[in-house]
Amino acid sequence: MSKVMKRSSEITLDIKPVPTGGTPDDRPESEPIFRVRDLGVRYGGLLAVRGVTADISRNQITAIIGPSGCGKSTLIRCFNRLNDLIPAASIEGQVLYHGVDLYGPAVDPVEVRRHIGMVFQKPNPFPKSIYENIAFGLRVNGMTDDIDARVEHALQGAALWDEVKGKLKSNALSLSGGQQQRLCIARALAVEPDVILMDEPASALDPVATSRIEDLMESLKEDYTILIVTHNMQQAARVSDMTAFLTVEVSDDGHRTGVLVEFAPTTELFTNPRDPRTEAYITGRFG
Amino acid sequence: MSVGEAQAFSLRGQGGKQNLYEKTFVVLLLVAVLIGVASLITLLIDVLRVGAPRLSVDFLTSLPSRFAARAGAQPALWGTLWVISVCTLFSVPVGMGAAIYLEEFARKGRLATLIELNIANLAAVPSIIYGLLGLAVFVRFFAMGRSVLAGGLTLGLLVLPVIVLSGREALRAVPSSIRDGALALGATRWQTVSRQVFPAALPGFLTGIILALSRAIGETAPLITMGALTYVTFVPNSLLDRFTVLPIQIFNWTSRPQSAFAETAAAGIVVLLAVLLAMNAVAILIRSRYQRKP
Repeated sequence: MSKVMKRSSEITLDIKPVPTGGTPDDRPESEPIFRVRDLGVRYGGLLAVRGVTADISRNQITAIIGPSGCGKSTLIRCFNRLNDLIPAASIEGQVLYHGVDLYGPAVDPVEVRRHIGMVFQKPNPFPKSIYENIAFGLRVNGMTDDIDARVEHALQGAALWDEVKGKLKSNALSLSGGQQQRLCIARALAVEPDVILMDEPASALDPVATSRIEDLMESLKEDYTILIVTHNMQQAARVSDMTAFLTVEVSDDGHRTGVLVEFAPTTELFTNPRDPRTEAYITGRFG
Repeated sequence: MSVGEAQAFSLRGQGGKQNLYEKTFVVLLLVAVLIGVASLITLLIDVLRVGAPRLSVDFLTSLPSRFAARAGAQPALWGTLWVISVCTLFSVPVGMGAAIYLEEFARKGRLATLIELNIANLAAVPSIIYGLLGLAVFVRFFAMGRSVLAGGLTLGLLVLPVIVLSGREALRAVPSSIRDGALALGATRWQTVSRQVFPAALPGFLTGIILALSRAIGETAPLITMGALTYVTFVPNSLLDRFTVLPIQIFNWTSRPQSAFAETAAAGIVVLLAVLLAMNAVAILIRSRYQRKP
C-alpha cells in the first residue's frame, strides 16, 4: 500500500496547471480524474477518432457507447497508453490524469498502466495457475509482501474467491468464461489501481455471467473510477453514471472516423438526448 | 405409416460415387502415412539385423581398427557428444535471443523484412557451404584449429536459422492478448516477454530445437570440409582437441572394401540413432512438462 502511495506522490510532482472554468462543477461531490481535451488518434496518418473532450469523474462509471467501428476501443486504450504498442498509432490533443498530461515527455507508460488497470473484451488469463495470474501483477509492481493475502483479497473483490479458493493452483484456463473474466478483474484489482478501464468486458459472456460482472462494477465504483466500452446500450443504461456516445463519420473517400457526439449523465442522454444522432442511435434507428 | 411414407423420408446415405471418393481419399492418405512409417521401420530393422552381432559395450569403448571385428566407435561417439554440446550451447541461446529480439522488440520495417528474408535463405544454404565458412572463420581466422570448438560452432551456425525461424513462429503463436494483459498490469516489455510470452512459446521453441539438433547430429559434409578427422584413435578431452563424429566414422566404415565393415557401420548407425532419440526424448520430456504445467 505504501508503495502505491509513494507512486502517486511521484506523479503529482510534475503537475501542470489545469485550466479550470470559473463555473463550479455541477457534480461537486466528484472531482474530474481525467480531463480529455480534443483527443484524437491517428493510425498511419488517418484519423481513427477525433474531437473527444470530456471530464471524467472520480468514483463513477463512465460508459462509452456507439456503433461498431466508431473507435470506442481505440479511445479507451488512450487512457492507459496501450495504443503506444501500435507503431503506426499517434495521439493528438491531451489527456490529463490528476492534472498530469498522460502523453507528456516525462511520463513512463509502464507507470501509467500501474495506476490505470484494464480488463479486455475477451477474457485473457495467463496460461498459468489462478494464483499465478494474480501474483504476476503483484510481483511486477514490487508488491511482494504477503502475496497470499493480496491474492485472496483481490479474488474477494472480484466476487470469485468462494468459487476458486480450493483450487488456486489449478490452471486459469480451466475456469468458465465468466470466471476467467472475473479473474482478469481480480488481477487488475490486485495491483491497487486508481482507475479500471473495461473494453466490452461482458461481450463474450452469457447473460448470467454478464449480470454478475455488472453487479461487480456497481460495488467496485466505491473504490475505483471505471470507464467501460460497451456496444450494449441496455448495459450502459444499467451500470453507468455518465455516457459518451460516439458515432462514425464517413469522409468522401470512404475513410471512417469516430467522433464524440454527446457526453452527458446517462439518464439524461437516454431520456433527453440533445443531438439528433444520439436520439437516432438510442431509439434503434441507426447502428 | 405406410411403406411409401417411410421411403419418402430417408436418412440412408446417397451411396455410389460420393462414398467412393470418400474412401479413396482416406486410403490415399493412409498410404502416405505408411510410406513414411514403413521406410523408417525397414531401415531400423535392416540396421539392427546387420549391426546386431557387433553391438556390445566393447563397441562403445574401443577405438577404431583396421580389423572390422575389433573396430569400435568410442572416439566418434564422444566426438559427437562434444560437438553437439558445443553446438547446443551456442545455437540455442543465440537462436532464442535472435528470435525474441526480432519478434518482440525490433521495429517492423524494411530492415526487419530484409533480415527475415536473409534468415529464411540461410536455412536453405547447403551445409557444405557452412563447412567452408567454419574453415575460414573459426579454424583459420580465430585460430581454433580443426577442433571440437570449431566444429561445434560451425554446426551451431548451420542450425541457427532453423532455431530462429521456429522460435519466431512459436512467439507469433502466443496470442497478443497475453502481451496486452501483462502490459496493462504495469509490466515492462521485458517482464512481459520473459515471464509470460517466452514461457508460453517454450514448447514451440523446443520443437525447433529438436529439429535443429537432429539435423546437426547427422551432418557430415561441413565437418569434413572444415577438417574433422576421419580416423581417430583418441577421445577428445578438451574443446581444442581434434575429433571425429559418428556420421564421419560411419561414412568411413561404409567406404571400406571389406564386407565385415558393413556390420560395423550398421552398429555405428544404431549408436547414432540411439543418441539422437535420447536427445529428442529429453527435449520432448521438457516440452510436455511445460505444456502441462499450469
